[in-house]
Amino acid sequence: MFSNETSVRALLQKVLSHSQANQTEAVYLGTESALTRFANNGIHQNVAESNHELRVRAVLGKRVGVATTNRLDDESLRRVTEQALEIARLQPENPEFHSLPEPQPIVPAAGYSDRTAQFSPEERAQRVGIIVRLARERGLEAAGAFSTNASHVAVANSLGIFAYEPRTDSECHAVVMADERGSGYTQRMATDASTLDFEALAYEAVEKAQRSRNPIDIPLGEYQVVLDTYAVGDMLQNLIFMGLSATAVQEERSFMNGQFGKQLLEPRVTIYDDGHDPAGLPQAFDYEGVPKQRVVMFNHGIANAVVYDSYTAAREGKPNTGHALPAPNSFGPAPTNTMMEAGDASMGELLKGVERGLYVTRFHYTNTVHPIKTLFTGMTRDGTFLIEHGELVSPVKNLRFTQSILEALANVQAIGRDRVQCSDYVTIVAPALRIGRFNFTGITGS
Amino acid sequence: MRDVANRALNIAQQFGASYVDVRIMERTSEGIEVKNGRVEGVSSGTSAGFNVRVIVNGAWGFASSARIDEAEAVRVATYAVQIARASALVAGEPVQLSPLTPQRGYYRTPMERDPFTVPLNRKVQLLLDADAAMRSVQGVAITSGEMEYSHEHKIFVSSEGSDIEQDLFDTGAAISASAVDPSSSEIQTRSYPNSFGRQAGTVGYEFIEAMDLVNHGARIGEEAVKLLTAKQCPSGLKTIILDGPQVALQVHESCGHPIELDRVLGMEAGFVGKSFLTTDKLNSNYRYGSDTVNLTADATIPGALGTFGWDDEGVPAQRTAIVSNGIFTGYLMSRDTAPMLGLTSNGCVRADGWNRLPMIRMTNVSLEPATWTLADLIADTDDGIFMSINKSWSIDDRRLNFQFGVEMAYEIKNGKLGEMLKNATYTGITPQFWGSCDAICNRDEWSVWGTPNCGKGEPMQVMRTGHGAAPARFRNVQVGVGNW
Repeated sequence: MFSNETSVRALLQKVLSHSQANQTEAVYLGTESALTRFANNGIHQNVAESNHELRVRAVLGKRVGVATTNRLDDESLRRVTEQALEIARLQPENPEFHSLPEPQPIVPAAGYSDRTAQFSPEERAQRVGIIVRLARERGLEAAGAFSTNASHVAVANSLGIFAYEPRTDSECHAVVMADERGSGYTQRMATDASTLDFEALAYEAVEKAQRSRNPIDIPLGEYQVVLDTYAVGDMLQNLIFMGLSATAVQEERSFMNGQFGKQLLEPRVTIYDDGHDPAGLPQAFDYEGVPKQRVVMFNHGIANAVVYDSYTAAREGKPNTGHALPAPNSFGPAPTNTMMEAGDASMGELLKGVERGLYVTRFHYTNTVHPIKTLFTGMTRDGTFLIEHGELVSPVKNLRFTQSILEALANVQAIGRDRVQCSDYVTIVAPALRIGRFNFTGITGS
Repeated sequence: MRDVANRALNIAQQFGASYVDVRIMERTSEGIEVKNGRVEGVSSGTSAGFNVRVIVNGAWGFASSARIDEAEAVRVATYAVQIARASALVAGEPVQLSPLTPQRGYYRTPMERDPFTVPLNRKVQLLLDADAAMRSVQGVAITSGEMEYSHEHKIFVSSEGSDIEQDLFDTGAAISASAVDPSSSEIQTRSYPNSFGRQAGTVGYEFIEAMDLVNHGARIGEEAVKLLTAKQCPSGLKTIILDGPQVALQVHESCGHPIELDRVLGMEAGFVGKSFLTTDKLNSNYRYGSDTVNLTADATIPGALGTFGWDDEGVPAQRTAIVSNGIFTGYLMSRDTAPMLGLTSNGCVRADGWNRLPMIRMTNVSLEPATWTLADLIADTDDGIFMSINKSWSIDDRRLNFQFGVEMAYEIKNGKLGEMLKNATYTGITPQFWGSCDAICNRDEWSVWGTPNCGKGEPMQVMRTGHGAAPARFRNVQVGVGNW
């Protein structure tokens, strides 16, 4: 693997020098990944991967071609460069293509930990063992995964961009099951794997599982809810996919269309994307080598902005915010370091404001029902409880909800002071929320 | 390449592995996307590498690398053994494999025309022509089309003496048109032949030509525009008829996933959940659906997306009865899960690349055809809703409570299709829903639908599965969910 700036720079310069295109971009991604998976209180899958990929974008006038390879010998480099150009040559012009981006100063991000890069299989097993041991001691069953990843990302283009950074991430999540219907959950992420507190992870999931036994049925309908951080993170991820990309706005299929400057959410809700915020997994630049800008999508509840890459920025004459995904992609730019500002409430205070309602640990299998109405559906999972007079009084069987996200965020009553970084497709940092009403439309079968 | 594989086999055995297999693989793919009358992207990619999977002290280890040479074979094989020994530090039940006679042979996807040999500009032009047909309809705001085809060459060798080579091809395409009305916050989309990616199979370019994408462009454009002002789907208990693509997705989510034995045994519990089809339900006359419901898993259907010669454990492709006359009869199994039920693998294990662990995946899980024509089925329905092509899906962590939305629906009144309906959704509980199935169309109405984007596992793997399906009718289904 090319694992330092000098070797990666030489590789990408070689690619650029091979190219006969008007403009050329080369993106390198080298990864050393490992993941230890456990179920039924034992490790059952344990994998490691050493990979690298080179992505070449060739521009010929207003024609663009992309080719990728994970073979990095000289002949393959030459071939992938020619292939990108050939693809560009064989297609019609895209009149809206402007240019690859120009270089901009990049402020380094603190997104690498040598400790994570060096984590061994034995260390991963030892950490996983902490969760499994506590589950076994309590007569419960644990399942989950712990991953450590190190990557080297670099972008170079013929207009002078060269951006390089090593990145690491680590993530552990676990479901602990007390019986067929009662379970608890935990998840944490960090740039430095050695900072993850596995004892705390284990206790969070185990204690919630123990409280979740023998859940009851409740009538369907609208309830006041306390959504824990995991559920809020899932909801924000759905919001991103529904319309926080400039592409969605330019195609007039975003819930943001016609709403900029309007108060859509409760005034205490601020949602932003920031590649440098240490609460997330810091990244200095995007897949075009453009520095990531902080973008406040909702500022005190007011619809404020979406994110851009070079293509969408040029179309609108707006600044490029540094949110490009690897080319080509029809989704367009995407927020990948999204966060909601914390509030000041403890979990106890969030619960205390509920006379009769539901506490939801997390959602399962959420999906868009209607993107402009921000309607989504999914199930609750791993710890749903009835709240009465500010206290958790009983576990509840998992429920299906069908709910507008904007409506939920407009009805926020209190915001938690602790935030957790969680991840599904993108990384989100979210607090827990108390929300005035949330529509539950189904209950799990027996 | 075999030298690299054999070197890895030998090293892993020397270091104490009781079982080893090695896969060396190269996947080449091309993708074309057009959007709103222009080419959004054309890409070509190659990914090659190998992996070593070992059992040491009854525990699994797996390591992979993009560098294919003998020195790397030694490093990766040694690392796989180290990982397996680490697995044994937090051991579960010792791994046992179901028996397998050493397999040797070669399989290549049968096809008429290799999609890589068709000139690229011709393939791009086909999508642009289809796009133009959609955009010819006034009111269509967003159009897109995509085509993707790939070739996977893989060699599998194992310490038990298997040595298999396969060349697998898959090809697919689809188009979609959306109409938007900002004043009513409404967006409606129609797709052809299927939504979310493409209709795909283990076939050649002839499959795409047969789709006749261009001649369907205007129709789906008109339907998208008409949907903007269509009546909202009502709420209540209704008889519904699902078209073939929606039945295929229903099978995928509520049958295909819950019969994965690794999920049943809790191996996916930390991620996507378990299954309501627990092992006590096998061989105990558990009623999954009505008498008319017959489901199979068949990796030998010609042209289907989940068809191959051998799975990624070297087990030959085969057909398994899953539900027979409504009674649950079988799982999708691997060599390390089948022995837990005293069974042998039925060849359902695949990995989505050289860098991914082989795991239980759907092959072609299909609802077998029955006797009805669609015209007769509609004529036989007094009051119902016909629903076509998926646009939203969600199901719980035991695959019981589901909710699906479709792109387009029609009222059925007195045996005839009536008014168009928008934003149709339906929800149910899996065995109750399949228990309410009282009619399935015949083989003339039956097609295999490819699902090229089935996600499972950690790290995530995206697999290509197939689902034979014909339109089917279900009684007393809750439709129209949520506040609109």
